[in-house]
Amino acid sequence: MSTIEERVKKIVAEQLGVKEEEVTSDASFVEDLGADSLDTVELVMALEEEFETEIPDEEAEKITTVKLAIAYIEANQ
Amino acid sequence: MSRRRVVVTGLGMLSPVGNTVKETWDNILAGKSGIAPLEHFDVSAYNTRFGGSVKNFDASLYMNPKDARKMDLFIQYGMAAGVQAIEDSGLEVTEDNAGRIGMAIGSGIGGLPMIERNHSLLEASGPRKISPFFVPGSIINMIAGNLSIRYGMRGPNIAITTACTTGTHNIGAAARMIAYGDADAMVAGGAEMATTPLGLGGFSAARALSTRNDDPQAASRPWDRDRDGFVLSDGAGVLVLEEYEFAKARGAKIYAEVAGFGMSGDAYHMTAPPEDGSGAAAAMAAAIKDSGMNLDQIHYINAHGTSTPAGDIAESNAAKRVLGEAAKKVRMSSTKSMIGHLLGAAGAVEAIFSVLAIRDQVAPPTINLDNPSEGCDLDYVAHQAQQIAIEGVISNSFGFGGTNGSLVFRKVS
Repeated sequence: MSTIEERVKKIVAEQLGVKEEEVTSDASFVEDLGADSLDTVELVMALEEEFETEIPDEEAEKITTVKLAIAYIEANQ
Repeated sequence: MSRRRVVVTGLGMLSPVGNTVKETWDNILAGKSGIAPLEHFDVSAYNTRFGGSVKNFDASLYMNPKDARKMDLFIQYGMAAGVQAIEDSGLEVTEDNAGRIGMAIGSGIGGLPMIERNHSLLEASGPRKISPFFVPGSIINMIAGNLSIRYGMRGPNIAITTACTTGTHNIGAAARMIAYGDADAMVAGGAEMATTPLGLGGFSAARALSTRNDDPQAASRPWDRDRDGFVLSDGAGVLVLEEYEFAKARGAKIYAEVAGFGMSGDAYHMTAPPEDGSGAAAAMAAAIKDSGMNLDQIHYINAHGTSTPAGDIAESNAAKRVLGEAAKKVRMSSTKSMIGHLLGAAGAVEAIFSVLAIRDQVAPPTINLDNPSEGCDLDYVAHQAQQIAIEGVISNSFGFGGTNGSLVFRKVS
């Protein structure tokens, strides 16, 4: 069973079309991984799907880095 | 003031018989059919279970796979044909010319696969499941949008949608923009991918499609007495058009001149043409007049010729009415006999066939024309291509709603 961190990084890599080694914990979706505003919406949807959760829009807007995504999922599992 | 001349300098295409212009044209001249049973979804409940699909398409040859995922298939097809055409033309975008190069690429229907998928998600799981790329990934003007972004072409950016006349209208309007001075070069054409559960079902419900399920390759048989409707197909065609002096100055290869463009409306019926072909004739006559050519200089017509009972006879009547005596010598064929009907891409791929007919001095065949039906008495180039002298070509498109368009291409000596 993969950890939350591994699962988040895998989804980020898939959604943003980047290599998994580029998806470091500190990476920003927009600044480091080339996402635009629509990519980040789709990424949040993919995280919701993977972790069977619903992320409210006001929370989703704050998830701008890999680390913040992992922290949100861990806090809300 | 004399009108600015417009020439064709680049070609790109995906069709049921090839993923490049060369492969498609070789198969067209050989009379090969690309029609086959549809296998990309379950068609067992449908009256028509075959069509013309693009085969072995690899989007990564033309774009980043991450970007491709955000585009419905018709956009990917249009992008592929656009990249092929721009590369074929050798046209390079510079700071000076970027604002003078535009796009006019449409689609008849647009992103049906994405519409279907997102509607299913909505029904099953609610509005939060709709993709943020649903709208920009399925609306019709996104071939023009995405290609302009890729190449930095900042001239006019439009997408005309007129059902099966889409490709022809985009090319004609693009040529007018160059002639008028809005642009020096335009990337023009159409793309379609509507062989989906809704698309196939809709055209089938309208009783527009052939139901010859036991012999798909014989289903598209324009002017034949046993024709029973058109064959729904996918693909894309894109041409690079340039102002003549602009093309000459950069040493571009010139395939042919876009000499004339004509349009009309039937004002008759939602899906059927008037039997006398009066709307079609008006578009053809306007295009010939616009070209300034004599009737006896028109040696080949790439017909709309969809293989529907009413449409084929109407177009044949229209050609006779417009060309008069010259109709006895003209060759008129339907390349749809081999690739089926690409809807919004049809006029664009057929414009390319028209241009290649001029380049190679050959009229492509109409296959499956075994027994011309009563009143269909022109030379339809049955079964085999004919090597003939070709000065001028008309390419016809007629669409639901009674929307008609004709282009005249002329040999450039």
